[in-house]
This record gives sequence, C-alpha cells and structure tokens, in this order.
Amino acid sequence: MLNLTSAAKQPDVLDALLVVEGPASGPIAAVEREKWLSLKSYLHNPVGLIGAGILLFMALFSFVGPLIYHTNQVATNLTAVALAPSAKHLLGTDESGYDVVGRLMLGGRSTLEVGFAAALIASTLGTAWGAIAGFSGGWVDTVMMRVVDAILAIPPLLLILVAASIFVPTVPVIIAIIAVVSWLITARLVRGECLSLREREYMAAATVGGATKRRVIVRHGLPNLIDIIVVQTTIEMANAVLLLAALSFLGLGPPLPSTNWGDMLSQGLTFIYDGYWWLIYPAGIAIVLTVVGLNLVGDAIRDALDIRLRGR
Amino acid sequence: MIGFTVRRVIQSIVVVFGVTLIVFLLIHMLPGGPARALLGDNAKPRQIRYFNIENGYNKPVFVQYWRYLDGLFHGNLGFSYTYNQSVVSLLEQNIPKTAYLVGLSYVFTVLIAVPVGIVQAVRANTAVDHALTGAGFVAYSMPTFWLSTLLILWFSVSLKIFPSEGPQGASVSAALHDPRAMVLPVLSLTVVSVAMFSRFVRSSATTALTQDYIRSARGKGISPYRLIRKHLLRNTLSPMVTLFGVSLPFVIGGAIVVEEVFNYPGMGLVLWRAATSHDYPLLMGFTLVVGVATVLGNLIADLLYTVVDPRVRHA
Repeated sequence: MLNLTSAAKQPDVLDALLVVEGPASGPIAAVEREKWLSLKSYLHNPVGLIGAGILLFMALFSFVGPLIYHTNQVATNLTAVALAPSAKHLLGTDESGYDVVGRLMLGGRSTLEVGFAAALIASTLGTAWGAIAGFSGGWVDTVMMRVVDAILAIPPLLLILVAASIFVPTVPVIIAIIAVVSWLITARLVRGECLSLREREYMAAATVGGATKRRVIVRHGLPNLIDIIVVQTTIEMANAVLLLAALSFLGLGPPLPSTNWGDMLSQGLTFIYDGYWWLIYPAGIAIVLTVVGLNLVGDAIRDALDIRLRGR
Repeated sequence: MIGFTVRRVIQSIVVVFGVTLIVFLLIHMLPGGPARALLGDNAKPRQIRYFNIENGYNKPVFVQYWRYLDGLFHGNLGFSYTYNQSVVSLLEQNIPKTAYLVGLSYVFTVLIAVPVGIVQAVRANTAVDHALTGAGFVAYSMPTFWLSTLLILWFSVSLKIFPSEGPQGASVSAALHDPRAMVLPVLSLTVVSVAMFSRFVRSSATTALTQDYIRSARGKGISPYRLIRKHLLRNTLSPMVTLFGVSLPFVIGGAIVVEEVFNYPGMGLVLWRAATSHDYPLLMGFTLVVGVATVLGNLIADLLYTVVDPRVRHA
C-alpha cells in the first residue's frame, strides 16, 4: 500500500529509472501532488483539526500563558489556602495557596516537556533499533527482536516503578526512564517496514547504481519510514503524559519544586472528602485533553498518509 | 502446524530467558548492589564484603547469573526483607486476589467491548459510531487513578452507593463475600480495557464486513441479527484471542494503580509498598512472574488462535 507513496518520494532513483521511461518532470510533479494530497486530506479531516487545535491551545496556555496571567508560583501563601474559584483566582487556590490556573500553566510546561522529550528519545531509539534489525536480517534481527519481546513482556509501569526506586527521580532521569519503556512498539513497526522496504526495486536499483549500504539505508530507506515514525511519536507522547501522571501519583515522580499535572492531581485527590472540586477536575481534564489531542492528531496523520483511504 | 508450534515454543523459551536476564541485570544496577539494598545505608564496608562472599556476589557475573537461574529452577525467587517472608509465599498469598480482580474485569470487558465494537462497525460513520468512538477516546486517555478517584467521588462520597474501599481480608474468599466493594475497582479497570478492546473489535469487524462471504450472506436475504450471529461474530472474535496476551502487561499496570487507590490488598498494593520501601527482591520476583506470565499468555493465545481460526493453521 505504501508502494506508490514510497516510490514517488524517491525522485533521484526514479529519475534514473525514468530516463528510459518518460519525461523527467514526472516524478517531481508526483512528489508535489503527494505532499499536497496529504496536507489537503489532513485539513479536510475535522478530527485532525480538533486534535491540532487542542494541542496548540495547551502549548500556548502552558508556555505563553504565564506572560499574560501573572501568578506567584514560588512562595506559598497560607492566608489564601484552598479558596474557591473567584474573580481573583479563576480556578481557586490549592492547599499551599498557589493559584490553580498558574499552577496548571507551570505543570503543563513540565508535563509537555517531559512527554515531548521522552517521545523524541523513544522514537529515535526505536527507529535506530528497528532499522538496524530490519535491514540486517538474519540472526542480528532475531536477537534484537527477542530483546524487544522480553522487555515488552514486563508491564511498563512495573519497569518504571523499579527504575524510579533505583535512581533518584529528577526530571532528566524520569524522561530517560519513560523513553526506555516506550521505544519497543516503534522498533517493532520500523523493523517490519524495513523488512518490506528491503525487497523494493528502487532499493535494489540504488545498490546496483553503486550506493553504499549506509547511503541506501539513510537516503532511500529512512525517508519512507517518516510516516510511521511521526504517528508513533504522537502516540508515544500521549502514553508518556499518562505514565508521568501515574508515576507522580505513586509518589515516584520528579520532586518539588518541579510540578506536573499528575502531581497536582494526586495532591488534589487527598481532598476528595472536602468538596474542593477545583483541585480534582482541572488537572485531570488538562491531561485528558492533551492525550486525546495527541491521539487524534496521530490518527489523522495516519489517515492522511494512508493511500487506501484517499479513494483512488 | 507442528513446525509452527515448535518454533513458537522455542521462541517463548528464549524470551523467558531474556526476561530473567533483564531482571538479573536490574538487580545488579542497584546502587551498591544487593548487599546495600538488603543491609541498608548504614552497613559497614566489612559487613558488605562479608555479605558478598557469603552470597556469592564476589564471583564473576555469569556465575552469579547461573546461580540465580539455579535458584529460580528450584522455586527460589529471593527473600523480601520488608515482609520478612519469602517472595514465593508472598506471591502465593497475593496473586490470587489480583487474578480475581483482573479476571473479573476481563469478563466484563469482553461482555461490553464486543457488542459495542460490533454496533460501531455495523453502524460505521453514523452518530452512534462517532459518539462511541469519542467516549472510547476519552476513557482511553484518562489516567487510571483519576478515573478511580472520580468513581469514588461520585459513587461513594456523593451518592453513597458503593464503598470507597475494596474488600479487605487476606484471602480471595473475603473478596467473594463482599461483591459490593468489588464494583468500583472492577469498574475502573474495565472502563479502560473496554476502550482498548472495543477499538480492536470495531476495526476487526469492519474488515470482516467487507469480505465476500458477508456479501453472499446478505445476498441470500439473511436477517441482520443472523448475519451478525452466524457470520460476523466468530470472524471478529478469533483475532481477539491474541489481544489477551498482548494486553496483560497494561492491565497489570492498571491493577497496580487501582489496588493502590481502593486499598485492595492484592499484589499491586504489596508491590507499591515494595517500590517505596526499596524492597528489591520482591519487586524483581513479581516483575519476573508477570513477564513470564505474559510470554506464556502470548504463546497460549497464538496457539489458541490456530485452533479458533483454521485459516492461519498452515500459515
């Protein structure tokens, strides 16, 4: 199914082949059309637009928000503890007197940063692992994939619990831990795709044309994996946000003064019998919205790139 | 068929060894090694050296790994020093309760996810489908602990219908005698799994609906009910068998959180205490058991799949 897209995205190889077959302008136009089609079908998909809108809002809220809505998130204020929402504090204050909206912005920043960094590292690691296994084949592939199977058999939350109790959980350590449990699915998918890429004619054409093995993989192999990698990265980031929240809830997240939505939520949940709803709902809704947004965007990109759904 | 079975079994054995290797390496990544973990931060260098010699930790790593494997084969998973009990006996005590929780939620998951997924596939791209997909998205995106606490907030704090705590007591029979207390823990786990499973059923049923045999059945004028029951259901359900093995690690992860929220005395709660009090032998023992269970689950699911679906038998 990716055959057409993949072939069209390789103008240099196609150029070489098309010398015999037809005008050189063909493949370039095809590439432009492909890109245009992907973008157009993404923009025509309300699901993707909603997801992108949610993510944009969350990013602006967390990173630009503090420039507009000023709050004191450094010093506690014991004269304004657990106040209900009012004009002064739009979502009230928490048990230390911090303004909840300002806290959400601060927590959102670290949540999004941890999620993004972990997903990026996981994707890189997974792609490298899967590509090496897939393009090598043979016993290298077998060994590398059995390693993935073995780690995949252990619940990620359990691995994280063990790791977080071994290492001191600072933010970089948490990012590394989440990344280490998140790269496995990507590795599997990339490896599968590489196995099928290896058999394509244009790969053989590049090899016959005298390209080194490294060039074949980097120039002709990896660009065809971008679709899967982008989709996987959004899904990984969604999972990373959830894992970070679970970790913070279990008391093994990054320590103060760093805060994230999971931290806020697990703090708020101790007031479940006190009726402080503004400490229980906002942070949870922020997590759900972000994760839904990421999953929607991932789905929409997948649909946009999936040639079968384009009705051709 | 025999070839496939043999290959699959050998592969599983290799992966099980991989799991033991990972767990072994994790133990050795502990700061100061097992001695520091067991004797505490105030242990003197001499005590640590004595402990290492006593337990063979001064030997080369592969010898230690061999000894570790040897212990495993004799049913020795180590000793939990916070509970002052062998890890095996702790697992024997607590795994049945977690299995009960997880098992019940699996039953409800299938009972709910299958009809939901099939309705979505049959009414694809209608308002019903979109609403259910949206609900599934939200449920899937919820942190499990938040969902659990919201259920407590709504059903025990506000409505006072169900207790906020899971059934207490050291055995499964305590849980059996208190079904009302099981409702919220099982519900929390089920909501998340239904979101995962129903998506799978929907896409599986959508694929099945495009097949020629469905068109033939429609062509001969079969009623929609019989179409689903006779032709769609089995073809949709057989790929689901493999989902059980794959989903096990995630469901166990959910169970750890749910047990912690509802104070349900199962393996998850024991494990959380082990993590916060740095009880590594216990953590590693349970990690190993879940890992092996998952590998076996995947193996059984794959073999079962060939039984349920004759088409893959010779693939």
